[in-house]
Amino acid sequence: MSRRPLAAVTGAALAMIALSACTSTAPQGGGEGGPIQVRASDTTCDVSASEAPAGNVAFSIQNTGTKVTEFYVYGTGDRIVGEVENIGPGLSRQLLVEVPQGGQYTTACKPGMVGDGIRAPFNVTGSVPGSTSQDAVLAAAVAGYQRYTNSQIEAGIAKTQEFVDAVKRGDVPAAQALFPVSRTYWERIEPVAESFGDIDPRVDGREDDERDPGVAFTGYHRLEKDLWVTGLQPDSAAIGDTLMADMRELQTRAATVQLTPVQLANGAKELLDEVATGKITGEEDRYSHTDLWDFRANVDGSQAAVAALRPALDQRDPALGPVLDARFADVDRLLEQYRAGDGYVLYTQLTEQDKQRMTQAVDALGEPVSQVAAVVSGQ
Amino acid sequence: MTSNTDEPRPGMSRRRLLGWTGAGAALAGVGAVAGYSAADTDPPPDPSGGVVPFRGVHQAGIITPAQDRLHFVALDLTTVDRAAVISLLRRWTTAAERMTAGAEAAPGGAVNRNPDAPPSDTGEALGLPASALTITFGIGGSLLDKLGIPRPPELADLPPFQLDTLDPALSGGDLCLQACANDPQVAVHAVRNLVRTGFGTTSVRWSQLGFGRTSSTSTTQQTHRNLFGFKDGTNNLKAEDTAALDEQVWVPPAQGPAWLTGGTYLVARRIRMYVETWDRTSLTEQESLTGRTKGEGAPIGQAREFDIPNLGPGSPILEDAHIRLASAQNNGGARMLRRGYNFVDGSDGLGHLNAGLFFLAFMQDPRRQFVPMQSQLARNDKMMEYIRHTGSAVFAVPPGLREGAYWGQSLLEG
Repeated sequence: MSRRPLAAVTGAALAMIALSACTSTAPQGGGEGGPIQVRASDTTCDVSASEAPAGNVAFSIQNTGTKVTEFYVYGTGDRIVGEVENIGPGLSRQLLVEVPQGGQYTTACKPGMVGDGIRAPFNVTGSVPGSTSQDAVLAAAVAGYQRYTNSQIEAGIAKTQEFVDAVKRGDVPAAQALFPVSRTYWERIEPVAESFGDIDPRVDGREDDERDPGVAFTGYHRLEKDLWVTGLQPDSAAIGDTLMADMRELQTRAATVQLTPVQLANGAKELLDEVATGKITGEEDRYSHTDLWDFRANVDGSQAAVAALRPALDQRDPALGPVLDARFADVDRLLEQYRAGDGYVLYTQLTEQDKQRMTQAVDALGEPVSQVAAVVSGQ
Repeated sequence: MTSNTDEPRPGMSRRRLLGWTGAGAALAGVGAVAGYSAADTDPPPDPSGGVVPFRGVHQAGIITPAQDRLHFVALDLTTVDRAAVISLLRRWTTAAERMTAGAEAAPGGAVNRNPDAPPSDTGEALGLPASALTITFGIGGSLLDKLGIPRPPELADLPPFQLDTLDPALSGGDLCLQACANDPQVAVHAVRNLVRTGFGTTSVRWSQLGFGRTSSTSTTQQTHRNLFGFKDGTNNLKAEDTAALDEQVWVPPAQGPAWLTGGTYLVARRIRMYVETWDRTSLTEQESLTGRTKGEGAPIGQAREFDIPNLGPGSPILEDAHIRLASAQNNGGARMLRRGYNFVDGSDGLGHLNAGLFFLAFMQDPRRQFVPMQSQLARNDKMMEYIRHTGSAVFAVPPGLREGAYWGQSLLEG
């Protein structure tokens, strides 16, 4: 959680941009108007067409491999235009993607659900009339980020439930393993989560935060302390149940929040501020030292917000996007060096030089990200 | 400079400039009739030292009369992409020229830009005069290595000296920026904004604040004192002695390389001084170690500061006195232009001040000038008992910029 409270966001106050009217063209697909066929094996990703006219594009993905796979359609800067997750071996799933703007996109299968996936270019021709107007592009950015937020909270609730269940059955090793993973989703959408000034301290408060009299230390970090320092306490299970209730409240309330494009951009910047002040310092996860998971998640969230705004950025300042791509890639490369298995090395294993390199990479990324809001607001 | 309405003048504060620029911009094409009404009055005299010209034959901040305050920073490249480096050096030059003129780092500055954007100037120097700010740019040998450019032999790394206790985190650097001003806030503002501009291309390796200039670089200046309480740099090269500067400081055309002709080399040494033990040393001991009197600063055996020390037979100055070991006579005639500052970086955690002298000296060839002198001092100077060299760096300092040129241009495009 941040030490600097964000301006509270309310659903009512922020609907500053008009959502574009929904374009209801019939789905386009390969050949006869049927969906584009995707055959996803463990090592290949065969897409039956590499081009489609702008509008709604339908894909039918068949997992012919032995691993669970995912299918993505990306725009510039890895903006997720559409995705299907968790496609088991032998299963087929449908994906309908709204692509009103023509241009170069990328398809990707992710067998095993890891890495960048098996990618191929996908060209969208023409544009749905009106879809490139500034209002429409910004509305699409906000809507796209809203989808991201909702999907992250949904996944976060499922993972946090696993974590809480482990706590409740007293399985400390399992709970410890799930702690950094379950936090990832929260950390990705932290600016949205923090905008609820009452939920944030309950879910992500630290032990030494200032609280109103009678308010207890609860949430992820209280359970972290139980798991790593004091041992599970009589009320650990109850703390877990409260955490779940708070997460569900977040889900309900977040569904009504509509961030403005400028807030989205500032959220991207604040996530990097979080990294600089909370993660590279080892302050956030002081008992478990799993700060690099949060680092990764904050950067993911920042990139998602920037990616949502990318079409607007590319219209207004075409030079900024490639710089952002390069700097995000630098951070990705750096973090990969600290990977250990499915996770990361512990903060306590980092040398001063490691922290210095991380600081440099985040400084280098933070400067261009701090320019996004002004480009978007276009004043 | 983005427009001639930004042209600053001596004595103009950033705040006044801001108002003036704003008015000028608003009235562009109409003729400046309101806002800044100084066309009819001269700016008031500026006790801060006014504006030091940014461009010229040599870089400012070398023979410029030493200002009172220093913020020095050494940076490393985080990329070897030449185009990125050139782009940064162009932006740095523009920002540095603006700031030395008393303007904000970039147009729009601290408050007059899109409110959704972070300000393009950090703002802490708003309303402060130029304060004789100079920003001097230097290039480390490691930068040339990274970009595949041969090092001039003069830019070799310094050899180790006896008793060196160098901290790698306080040594070296691909680039340096030396900001000097009569107001510490102005110097810090300059470095901070340039560091910010560099994110993504450079990162700070180390930085040093200094106060109380320990050297005079002009005959118009009094000799200041170091933290041992002694006048420091009495025999320094002075701006007025142009023949000596040509002989000792400026790189002559024959020496090469071409991009350094008219430039110089800078040796920086962070010298920790154990002031607590020094302060328990008798006056006689302090004076004989130094070779000068503490009050007047006269050579031992003489009466006045600028009297010529008697270093010949029968001299009252000890064989291992500091001024003898450091003297030109003792070093084959080698001298250098010293421009150091005192520092106190808080305390050392053991109850002592982390204090000392940040030694800065400009010279034609460190191998001929600094190295022999420092080997002498490190081996023989009794003062070494009270000091340790904790940081070290050498930089090539290119010549001054003509109109339109940017820092390092003749190196990277030449």
